[in-house]
Amino acid sequence: MVTYIKGRGDRNLRDLVDLETGVVSREVYVNEDIYAQELEQIYGRAWLLVGHESQVENPGDFVLGRMGEEEVILTRDRKGQIHVFLNTCRHRGMKVCRYDDGNALVFTCPFHAWTYDTDGRLVGVPHHHDAYFDELDKSQWGLAEVAQMCNYYGSIWATWDPKAPSFEDYLGPFKQTVRWAFQASDGTDAGVELYKPAQRWRLPSNWKFGAFSFAGDSAHAAMTHLSVNAAAIGPQGEVEGGGRHPLAAPFPSKRGYMSSRELGHVGQLAIYEQPGVADYRDTWLLEPGVDDYWRETREIKKQKFANEFLHMQSDGQFHIWPNATMSDWRILMWHPHGVGMTESWRQYQVDKNAPKHVKDAKRRYVMRYCGPAGITESDDMENWNYAHPASLGMVAQRYPYNFQLGLHHNHYDERIPGVTIGDRGPSEENQRARLRRWVEFMEAGSWDDIFPVRKNGKSNGKPRGGNGISSSW
Amino acid sequence: MTVQSAETAWERMLLEREIERFLYDEAAMLDERRFSDWGDLLAEDIHYHMPIRRNVKFGEQHRENTDTESEISWFDEGKRTLMGRVRQLNTGVHWPEEPFSRVRHIITNVRVLAVDGDEVEVSSNFFVWSNRLRDECVMFIGTRNDILRRDSETGWKIAKRLILLDQNVLLAKVFSTFF
Repeated sequence: MVTYIKGRGDRNLRDLVDLETGVVSREVYVNEDIYAQELEQIYGRAWLLVGHESQVENPGDFVLGRMGEEEVILTRDRKGQIHVFLNTCRHRGMKVCRYDDGNALVFTCPFHAWTYDTDGRLVGVPHHHDAYFDELDKSQWGLAEVAQMCNYYGSIWATWDPKAPSFEDYLGPFKQTVRWAFQASDGTDAGVELYKPAQRWRLPSNWKFGAFSFAGDSAHAAMTHLSVNAAAIGPQGEVEGGGRHPLAAPFPSKRGYMSSRELGHVGQLAIYEQPGVADYRDTWLLEPGVDDYWRETREIKKQKFANEFLHMQSDGQFHIWPNATMSDWRILMWHPHGVGMTESWRQYQVDKNAPKHVKDAKRRYVMRYCGPAGITESDDMENWNYAHPASLGMVAQRYPYNFQLGLHHNHYDERIPGVTIGDRGPSEENQRARLRRWVEFMEAGSWDDIFPVRKNGKSNGKPRGGNGISSSW
Repeated sequence: MTVQSAETAWERMLLEREIERFLYDEAAMLDERRFSDWGDLLAEDIHYHMPIRRNVKFGEQHRENTDTESEISWFDEGKRTLMGRVRQLNTGVHWPEEPFSRVRHIITNVRVLAVDGDEVEVSSNFFVWSNRLRDECVMFIGTRNDILRRDSETGWKIAKRLILLDQNVLLAKVFSTFF
C-alpha cells in the first residue's frame, strides 16, 4: 500500500487532498514522485480507452494507441479478433510498429527481425534453429497483451490488471452514458465510426488539469471562452449571437453535475422531467441539406425512445475515470507525458451511415471547435499551461488549490441512483469526485481495496451522506 | 531546365519577384498583427488546409497527409471561419494571444511552379517562430503550396493554401497564428 509520498517530508495523501473542506495541495498536480506513483497505481490498473473498432475494420488493420505513457498497437488479427499490444519487441525493446496506422500481415521488428503475427504470437526468430538450437520457446515471447479488453458498443477499452472488475461493473451508473456516446443519431447502438486520424498534441501541463476539469468546470466558460463567440463557429453561423454550440429545441430537463463518488466517473448531463427525446431544431443553416439528415434520424430516435427517460444519456459530456472525456460527438484523451506534460488526443464520432455531405459538415465543425487549432479549445490550453509552472514554486506550494465551488450542495435523486447531483449552478463536485477516486487509487494495494466497496467499511456501494448532504469520505 | 528566351526569362523573373514581395508583405502583416489586413488577402473561395502528417509505410506515401475529403486535419476551412479567427484575435481576450506572442514568419524557397491565366501556383517554405510571455518558444517549419489569383483591382489574393507542417504529434499547445 502506498500511502505516503516522497518529497519535502513524507505526508499522507489524505493530508494533501481534503475534500471535507475542498482544499487540495498543489503537489498533487506537480510533484514528480506523485506522478511516478500515478503511472503505476492508476494507469497500471484502471480501464483505459484505447480506440474504436472502426479504426481497425479489416483483418490486419492496426492503429497506434496509448495507455498512460506507453504506446500500444490496436489491431485486428486475421481471424477478426481485436487485440491491444504493448508496442515493444520482447527481445530488445524496439518498437515493432512505427507507422501510425495501416494494414499488416505481421509486425517485424527492425532491430533483429523478431516477427509477430497480428494476434501477437512470436512466429519468426532468426537463427532459431542454428543458434538458439530450437531451445527458445516462442510461445512464451509473444507481444505483451493487455490483461483484459472490452469492446463496448464499438469502443475499445483495456486494462493491464487481470484483477480489474469487468468493464461494465467499472462503469457502474455510467454504463448507459458510454453506450449513448457510441449510438448513431437515430439511437442505433454502435452506430458510429471515428473520423481518422486522431489529433495529437503536447500541452505543457499536468494531465489532471485537463482530465479533471472537463465535464466538471462550467465555471470556466464565461471567462476562458470570452473570445469564442466573436468567431461564430456554430453551424448556424451568425444567427442568435453566433454561439459555438448547435441550436437545440427545449425539452423539460435539468442539467446537473453528476458524480459517481465511488467510481470517479462524472458528467455534466441531464435529468428529464418527461420521457422521450427533444424535437430536432434546424441548425446547419450554412450547409444545405444537412439538417434534413439529422431531422430524419431524430424522428426515428424519438419513436424508439418515446417512453424512456434518457437520464444521463443525452445533452452533455462526461468523463470516465481516469482520463477519457467524451460526449456523443467527441472523445478527449489526456495522456500523461511526464509530470508537466500532457499528450492530448481528440477524436470525433459520426454516424456510420450518414451521407457524405453530412459527414463533411460535421467534420469541419469539429475541426474549428476542438484541438490545438480549435477556436474554443485553444483558450483552455493557455490556462492549463500556465497554471502548472505557477504552481511549482516552493512558496506557491504552501498555498493549496480551492475546490470549494458548490461544496456540500449536492443531493441524490432516486431517478438516477449511484450518483450525486449538483444542480444549483456551477459546481466543482465533479472535480472533487475525481480527486476522491484519485486518493483511493493511489492508496490501494490492489483492486480488492477499491472495488466494489471501499476498505474499512466506509462504503457499502450506496450513496452516502443521507439527508441529501454530501460528506467527503 | 529548358532554355528560355530572354523575354520569357525576364517575365518569369518579374513574376517571381512580384510573388515573393506579396508573400513577404503577407508575412509582415501577420508578424505586425495586422490580421484584418491579412484577411483582405484571402479570396472569398479560399481553401486553407493544414493536414495532419502520418507516419506511413514505404509505398503508402499517398496516405501521408490527411485528405480534405474525409479525414481530420489541423485546419481545413474557408474564409468565413478564417475571418472568425481574425475577429477572435482582435478581441483582446483570446488568451493564447493575450498578451500577443512575438511571432516571426520566415518565408523562403519561393518557387513559381505554374501559371494559368490569372492564377499562379507557388511553393514556399516557412519557419514560424513564436516567443511568448517570458520564455515560451515554439517553432513551426514546413512548406506551403498556394494558388494565388491576380485581381486587377485589389492585387493578389490567396485562393488556395496547402500547409504541410513538418510535425506528427504537434509539439505546440495551440496554433494561434496563421501560416
